[in-house]
Amino acid sequence: MNHIIATEKLNLFYNDFHALKDINMKMRANTVTALIGPSGCGKSTYLRLFNRMNDLIDGVKITGDVRVEGKDIYEKNTDVVDLRRKVGMVFQKPNPFPKTIFENVAYGLRVNGINDNGFIKDKVEQSLVQSALWDEVKDKMNKSAFELSGGQQQRLCIARALAIEPSIILMDEPASALDPISTAKIEELIYELKQNYTIVIVTHNMQQAARVSDHTAFFYLGELIEYGETKEIFTNPKDKKTQNYITGRFG
Amino acid sequence: MKYFIKKLTEKFIEGALFLSSTVTTLTIILIVFFLFREGFSLFKHSPVEDGFVIAVNKGNPVDKITGPQIMDIFDQEITNWEKVGGANDSIILFRIDNISDYYTEAQLGDSFQYVPQLISRLIDSIPGMVAFIPATYAVDGFKGRVIELPNVSMKKFFTEKEWYPTAQPAAQMGVLALIMGTLWVSLGAILLALPLGLATAIYMAEIANEKTRRVLKPLIELLAGIPSVVYGFFGLVIIVPLIQKVFELPVGETGLAGSIILAIMALPTIITISEDALRTTPRAMKEASLALGANKWQTISRVTVPYAASGISAAAILGMGRAIGETMAVLMVTGNAAVMPHTLLEPVRTIPATIAAELGEATQGGLHFKALFALGCILFIITMVVNLTVEYISSKRKLTKR
Ligand SMILES: Nc1ncnc2c1ncn2[C@@H]1O[C@H](COP(=O)(O)OP(=O)(O)O)[C@@H](O)[C@H]1O
Ligand SMILES: [Mg+2]
Repeated sequence: MNHIIATEKLNLFYNDFHALKDINMKMRANTVTALIGPSGCGKSTYLRLFNRMNDLIDGVKITGDVRVEGKDIYEKNTDVVDLRRKVGMVFQKPNPFPKTIFENVAYGLRVNGINDNGFIKDKVEQSLVQSALWDEVKDKMNKSAFELSGGQQQRLCIARALAIEPSIILMDEPASALDPISTAKIEELIYELKQNYTIVIVTHNMQQAARVSDHTAFFYLGELIEYGETKEIFTNPKDKKTQNYITGRFG
Repeated sequence: MKYFIKKLTEKFIEGALFLSSTVTTLTIILIVFFLFREGFSLFKHSPVEDGFVIAVNKGNPVDKITGPQIMDIFDQEITNWEKVGGANDSIILFRIDNISDYYTEAQLGDSFQYVPQLISRLIDSIPGMVAFIPATYAVDGFKGRVIELPNVSMKKFFTEKEWYPTAQPAAQMGVLALIMGTLWVSLGAILLALPLGLATAIYMAEIANEKTRRVLKPLIELLAGIPSVVYGFFGLVIIVPLIQKVFELPVGETGLAGSIILAIMALPTIITISEDALRTTPRAMKEASLALGANKWQTISRVTVPYAASGISAAAILGMGRAIGETMAVLMVTGNAAVMPHTLLEPVRTIPATIAAELGEATQGGLHFKALFALGCILFIITMVVNLTVEYISSKRKLTKR
């Protein structure tokens, strides 16, 4: 089977600090992969490789291969805008724009040069339906996005990412700032989205990783300690550190 | 004992702090009180200068003449008493200088001691005469009738365009032209300074690297420290001739010159505050934009600037506040014509420039002096409104964004 995301001998440095060490990992299309590990182990850094978000930070140096859909995305002539359209991202804290609900979702379309208002309207609705927010916001599309609750804002951010039809969605602890009910909604949503998207999710919550993911990768101090089927990792971890972490002995 | 001294010192410092803050507050209140008391006393004053009166023949039925009417009469725009509600009789003007038309030097006396009686007699003998004479002449035994002019009206003060505070016999005190001049010049300044300042702020906050910033920032702060006379001098030598040449004007001292100078002076305020506002845009929000495939410019124009919009408007208003109150530089380059401005390419006159230019020649406590204080009150109110607007905007910002 083909792998939609792959890294090979990947190393990342923040100036002198070696944040990711020799990471080899492959992910299949239409699966959910959870990245777990104690904080500071490099999960976010690893996730942000795939849409080249680390480019924004001064002093980042990368060696090795990062391939998305078979192409090395750190090649010189990579179109970063194109890549980011293919690889959407949802952040830890809901971060809607200071715009209306409608314009938040339409944003990605507009900046990518789409002006057809009919198309935008349809796409916004479709994305909000997909992110299970439509019924709650359909009557207040022109209200500021800041008026929504935290959980609604996060689903709005997911809709915003979906609107430009990515094939991969990166989620960095998308539910860590939300209440349990909102969290459950997001998890349900991830389960739905799996049909059409490849999802990589960073989470601190073991139960969440166990519930939503097909594969789990355990990171520790910049190294990939163990990677495999979620069921295997949680029931039969091969590495002592993995076992300690998932049973809550550290982290 | 040691404890006692420590306690005493503490109490002493506390008292000193309390005292200095009280003194400061009192001083401010006192200044404002003084300003408004002097300013408002203008409206309890007739437009005729202290120590002078307008007098007519006892038989003249006219008992009300307004300031503008008396000006028209003495300018010979009105020449018949009918126009001001009197009989159909032509008006004969009398100023103190005219006395030699009626009497010889011998009649006036060696030390002019007979002048008051002669004037009194003159007014009595010519029914159509109106005289502008020293108040001391119109005392006991005066055969004419003194006409009291209505006090300077607040409504007229704000709606009339003519500003001739030293005109005789009645001062013309319309501040509309001055207010408009101030607003025009300030508005022009902000229209010039805002785009430039915002562009610089964006550059500093979003694009420049640390090294460039470290050079640019002190440079901009230096701009704020240059004395305003220096700006005025620069404007007079460089900008005024330039404007004259470019627009082919008879004179280069125009509202536009003032606007340009004020724009340069307002830049540091606008840049510094806008930059701070732009920096408050959360990193995550910019990242979200980039992650959706937006480029840097789209992110700046569609996310960073809108997020900082209230801070940027505060910057603009504060910059405008600085422009409104600025005196020296404007005085030097705007030409100071107290006429209603129609375009920025005409000489204009602002409120602070008027105060600065005229205070020296106004007698203390006199009509003109009070009028300048009233101008000061207007300026105070304008800047207070500006500051309150900024307060309001920034308090709203704190509420909506967290
Ligand atoms: N911009 C940065 N500059 C320097 N070091 C960083 C930066 N971002 C993260 N790091 C370091 O890299 C390591 C991994 O960070 P991160 O990927 O955010 O961890 P996680 O998401 O697993 O908590 C941490 O030790 C962190 O201090
Ligand atoms: Mg993280």
